Amino acid sequence: MFESLSDRLSGVFDKLRGRGALTEADVRAAMREVRVALLEADVALPVVKSFVDKATERAIGAEVIRSITPGQMVVKIVHDALIEMLGGDSEGLNLDVTPPAVIMMVGLQGSGKTTTTAKIAKRLSEKERKKVMMASLDVNRPAAQDQLRILGEQISVATLPIIAGQQPVDIARRAMQAAKLQGFDVLLLDTAGRLHVDQALMAEMQAVAGASDPAEILLVVDSLTGQDAVNVAQSFAGQVDLTGVVLTRMDGDARGGAALSMRAVTQKPIKFAGTGEKLDALDAFDPQRVAGRILGMGDVVSLVERASETIQQDEAEKLAAKMAKGQFDMNDLRAQLNQMQRMGGMGALMGMLPGMGKMQKQAEASGVNDKTLSRMEAVILSMTPKERAKPEIIAAKRKIRIAKGAGTTVQEVNKLLKMHQEMANAMKKIKKMGGMGGLMKMMGKMPGGMAGMLGGGAGGGAPQLPGGMPPGFDKLLKR
Amino acid sequence: MSEEPQSWFAKLRAGLSRSSDKLGDSLSSVFTKSKLDDAMLEEIEEALIASDLGPAMAARVCAKLSAEKYDKAVSEAEVRQVVADEIERVLAPVARPLEVVAFPRPQTILVVGVNGSGKTTTIAKLAHLFQEQDYRVMLAAGDTFRAAAIEQLQVWGGRIGAPVISGKVGADAAGLAYESLEKARAGGYDALIIDTAGRLQNKQGLMDELAKVKRVLSKLMLSAPHDVVLVLDATTGQNALNQIEVFKEVAGVTGLVMTKLDGTARGGVLVAAAERFKLPIHAVGVGETIDDLRPFDPRAFARALAGVQE
Ligand SMILES: Nc1nc2c(ncn2[C@@H]2O[C@H](COP(=O)(O)OP(=O)(O)OP(=O)(O)O)[C@@H](O)[C@H]2O)c(=O)[nH]1
Ligand SMILES: Nc1nc2c(ncn2[C@@H]2O[C@H](COP(=O)(O)OP(=O)(O)O)[C@@H](O)[C@H]2O)c(=O)[nH]1
Ligand SMILES: [Mg+2]
Ligand SMILES: [Mg+2]
Repeated sequence: MFESLSDRLSGVFDKLRGRGALTEADVRAAMREVRVALLEADVALPVVKSFVDKATERAIGAEVIRSITPGQMVVKIVHDALIEMLGGDSEGLNLDVTPPAVIMMVGLQGSGKTTTTAKIAKRLSEKERKKVMMASLDVNRPAAQDQLRILGEQISVATLPIIAGQQPVDIARRAMQAAKLQGFDVLLLDTAGRLHVDQALMAEMQAVAGASDPAEILLVVDSLTGQDAVNVAQSFAGQVDLTGVVLTRMDGDARGGAALSMRAVTQKPIKFAGTGEKLDALDAFDPQRVAGRILGMGDVVSLVERASETIQQDEAEKLAAKMAKGQFDMNDLRAQLNQMQRMGGMGALMGMLPGMGKMQKQAEASGVNDKTLSRMEAVILSMTPKERAKPEIIAAKRKIRIAKGAGTTVQEVNKLLKMHQEMANAMKKIKKMGGMGGLMKMMGKMPGGMAGMLGGGAGGGAPQLPGGMPPGFDKLLKR
Repeated sequence: MSEEPQSWFAKLRAGLSRSSDKLGDSLSSVFTKSKLDDAMLEEIEEALIASDLGPAMAARVCAKLSAEKYDKAVSEAEVRQVVADEIERVLAPVARPLEVVAFPRPQTILVVGVNGSGKTTTIAKLAHLFQEQDYRVMLAAGDTFRAAAIEQLQVWGGRIGAPVISGKVGADAAGLAYESLEKARAGGYDALIIDTAGRLQNKQGLMDELAKVKRVLSKLMLSAPHDVVLVLDATTGQNALNQIEVFKEVAGVTGLVMTKLDGTARGGVLVAAAERFKLPIHAVGVGETIDDLRPFDPRAFARALAGVQE
């Protein structure tokens, strides 16, 4: 696993605590780490350079607020600048034209165009009650047109009948005609994947755009993309009038630096994020989350926002202190379970925490859902206080007793113990990550919350931090 | 692979040239001066990073260059050569083609990877390659999940004249794999190549499913699958390392194929991967047609990355 930015920076700034403003030398030292963090996250090199310059300019001379470290100050400035660059006018789809409004999907092979076409169609037809048709112009990949037809059947959206041998521009024309005649509001054109260096296919793409006058041309990009993202963005943006970008496979564990590259090069909004293979796995793009991810902080920031609304303070403070010491017993697990229920279920919570993704899948795979949360609580409740505090003492005999008490099986008890063990490990991991500083503050529920601290829009040169910290917390944060 | 080394290099270069041009550009612009200094090293490092070697690997290559040539007068060609040699040194031990050697037959090859990386296309290309070597090949449409994935492989099978074992959409992939191995064995095929649904390596449930496919195959034939090939997309950045790590752990990956090297992506992550995992690299994909598979040539790859002129 990559080191988080805060970890890197804590090394750089160890000697510096207590200074008033960030000096140029400090900032430059810190920015070297920022540069590596961004490169490891696959942000394209030219974009890294311009971003680092911008952030450096902002950071030099910035006041370090007394209660935080210079490292955290830099993280905040970088994080804000990232959000600013990632965000911007995410106005959704602009389909305000004489119908049919054409949406054309373009991108490299295998980036997720066909799936995304169906996802957008589903959304428009179900949520916005539009009359939608899809047409596949992919005559290259075997069975590509069948793929779209099948997806259409799954979501009950019409697809243009397939005529074998017809070429893309002609299919586009036929689709336009059919959509007009049959009164469709929206026509989605799925195209074949193409390399931006393939001149024949790029010309074909221009011809299709010429024939269909799209209201939206969306570039579909895999969020696992590396340095090549700039080349792709430049070429596609240079050949057609892109209106936006869709980033797919955001459900993966890539740091997703391609998002930044895409924004910087195309200057177009990222309109959607694909978050799974199912056809409802399409989300609005959330700059805040992605910024945290690029910096290696998991989605701690988002978590913090949601959590700060729900977590109860005293409970949280205790947990924070224990986590800081790397302790995590059954009582904590129980408190966690309760909080999870309050925070929208365990899927939501675990999906957001770094290191917990795997557990979430395991949980899903083994059929754990929110109902099982209460069953798990029952198991914990039938443990003795000693067992709860020291779960490692729970041997076979105790397991049988506990299972009986909770009206369940030893297997269930084992599952819970395993889960506890994995959570304890995850906690240790989080502790090591930069997110911990933030996480603990959240637990302390500072005035203004973490949202104000790390996210909170683009603050510009003079970041505003909420006032003091609860007593003792800055020690926890220092490590 | 009916191989004309010249043209394969030309084709890979056509893809890689843009990258090496870039690397070349940065290197040339550096070499107006003649002593290797920090500024030059930094530019070289950046050029390598832009090829997806990753910051750490790029730094290591440069450290090597620095150790050899720092403060010495160097020509552009010399520096490129040192960089190429260093990269080749890392890659050479892992270049190994896939071969049909299993006894008893069939050589059973399970093909895995994240979504859209090029698995199905690579299977068709591999099958074609084996056929050219006079082996009889059977395919199994183990992606029972994605829409039209079965049809896609069937089209390829039809084109190259290889039978495709398939089941229903949504059927158990492990069951299908088992059935296909039974059939390939009964039919006396030399090789069986099994397609799988694309899956992200952080999806535990889906990864477990792969482990199950493997288990089931080895129940029928202890040595199967003989190869578990992970297909990587050259446009992928540093996440490729995670992919290798997890697929290796869960599915016992035995070798790699990298696709889409016909674009501008340079696939430099393979260098870091070779160093870290030492998994064989079997072949590279350089296009969408059946002939667009090439053996992995570490020397050509390294030279293309470093921009050494032929
Ligand atoms: N340019 C280029 N395209 C390729 C290469 N290999 C595969 N493709 C294309 O990439 C796209 C995805 O390839 P598939 O073989 O369907 O990939 P897959 O991994 O089976 O995809 P899923 O089954 O959907 O996960 C197709 O459009 C292929 O034609 C290559 O080497 N170069
Ligand atoms: N996990 C995940 N898989 C996706 C996502 N979007 C597309 N895919 C998968 O990626 C593969 C290629 O997608 P497809 O739409 O056929 O790509 P195309 O070649 O660009 O049309 C398929 O296996 C899809 O199921 C996503 O957001 N998350
Ligand atoms: Mg498609
Ligand atoms: Mg496939």
